[in-house]
Amino acid sequence: MSFLSYAWGWLRAPVQWHGSDGIPIRILQHLGYTGLSLLIAALIAVPLGILIGHTGRGALLVVNVANAWRAIPTLGLLVLAVITLGFSPLAWLIPLVVLAIPPILVNAYEGVAGVDPEIRDAAQGMGMTPWQQVLKVEVPVALPLIMLGLRTGAIFVVATATIAAEIGLGGLGRYIIDGLASNNYGEVAGGAALVVVLALVVQVVFVGLRRLVVPAGLRKQERPT
Amino acid sequence: MMWSWIPSNAGLIRQYTLDNAYLGIVPALLGLVISVPLGIACVRWRWLYPPVLSATSILYALPSLALFIVLIPYTGLTDTTVIIPLTLFSLCILLPNVVDGLRSVPGPVRQAATAMGFGPLRRLVQVELPIAVPLVIAGLRIAVVSSISLASVGQLMGIYSLGYFFIDGYQRDFPTEIVVGLVLIIALALVCDVLLVGARRLLTPWQPRRARRGNRRVLRGRAVLEVPEVAA
Repeated sequence: MSFLSYAWGWLRAPVQWHGSDGIPIRILQHLGYTGLSLLIAALIAVPLGILIGHTGRGALLVVNVANAWRAIPTLGLLVLAVITLGFSPLAWLIPLVVLAIPPILVNAYEGVAGVDPEIRDAAQGMGMTPWQQVLKVEVPVALPLIMLGLRTGAIFVVATATIAAEIGLGGLGRYIIDGLASNNYGEVAGGAALVVVLALVVQVVFVGLRRLVVPAGLRKQERPT
Repeated sequence: MMWSWIPSNAGLIRQYTLDNAYLGIVPALLGLVISVPLGIACVRWRWLYPPVLSATSILYALPSLALFIVLIPYTGLTDTTVIIPLTLFSLCILLPNVVDGLRSVPGPVRQAATAMGFGPLRRLVQVELPIAVPLVIAGLRIAVVSSISLASVGQLMGIYSLGYFFIDGYQRDFPTEIVVGLVLIIALALVCDVLLVGARRLLTPWQPRRARRGNRRVLRGRAVLEVPEVAA
C-alpha cells in the first residue's frame, strides 16, 4: 500500500472528524499555536529589524545570529524547554517564538537597510521628519522582504509546532506522534497529509497577503520566489 | 549538568555524532551533485528556471517530519528515509545559488574565454563554474548546517542521530543529555561551516582573503534573502 492509500483510508473515516480530538479541532489548535507564536515574534522582530536597518547599528550581529540560528535543532530546544519549564504554555511558546524571530528580523533589517540611498535622500529633501522617512518611505519599500520574512517564519512555526506534539502539544502533530507510538501507520500518514496541506495553505495565504499589502509600484521588481 | 554522564557515555556520543554527521553531510553533497547540472540547464534554457524555482519553493515549505513519513512505505525505517527529504531541501537551497552564481559571470569574461578559443564545455568548466564557486559554497554552507540540524528530527521515527539524546533525555527527565545533544549538533554544524569556508578559500585563491566589507555583505545577504529558511 502506498502513502496515499494509508492516508486516505484514515482520513475518510468519519470518526476522525468529530469530537475534541477530531481533525477540525486539531487544525484550529495548530493554527492557534502558529498564529500566536508568529504574532509575538513579529511584534518583537519587525520593529527591531526596521530600527537596526534604519540606524545600521548591530547589523553584523543580526546577520551572524541568523546564520547560527539554522544550526539549532528545534526538537532539542523543545524538549529542553519542557523539562526546565514544566508543562506550561511557555514551554512551547518560547521555543516557537525564539525560532521564528531570526528570519523575520533579518529580512526586515535587510529590507530597510537595502533601500536605495537616493530614495532616502529624496525623502529627506522633501522635508520629511525621520519618523516619516521610516514609515512612509523605508517600510513600504521594504515590505516585500518583510513579508518574505513573515512567510518564512510561518512555515517554520507550522513545522515546529508539528514536532511539538512530542512534548504534549495538541495540533496536527498529535496524530503523527500518537500514531508512531501505537504503530498505526494510517494515523501517521493521515496526520502527515494534513500537515502538508496546512503548510501549503499557509504558503498560499502569505503569497496572497503579499499581493495585498505590497505597494503596486514595487510589484514589478519582485523576484519570483 | 551532570558532567560525569559524558565520559561514561563516550561510546554512544561518538556513535550518534557520526550518524548525525552522515545524515547531514550526505544530503548536502547529493543536493550539490544534482543542483549543479540542474542549475546549468536552468541557465542554458531560461524558460526552465521559473517553474523549477516555484516547485522547489513549494517543496521547501513542507515540514521535514511529514516528508519522512511519506517515504516510510517505500524506504522503510532506514537512513534513506531521512536522506531523501534532506537532499531535496538542500537542492532547494542550492539551486538559486548555482543559477545566480553562473549568471554572475560578467559578459566580457565569457567573451574573452570564447575569443581564446574555449568551447562551451571548456568555458563552463574552467571559467564559469569557478566564478560561481563563492555563491555555490554560500548555499552549501546553509544546506549542510540545516541538514545536520534537521537530521535529529528523524529520531522521532527511530532513525538514530544525536536526536536520540533529546528523546532519551526527555523521557528520563535528564537535561544534561539534551544539552549535550544540542551542543554537539551546533558544534558539528559549525565545524562543517568552517571547513566549507576553508574550501572556498582553496578553490578561489584569486579572491582577497578577507572579502571586502561590501563584497561580503552582498554574498551573505543573498544567501540569507533568496533562500526561504528550512522548515523543521
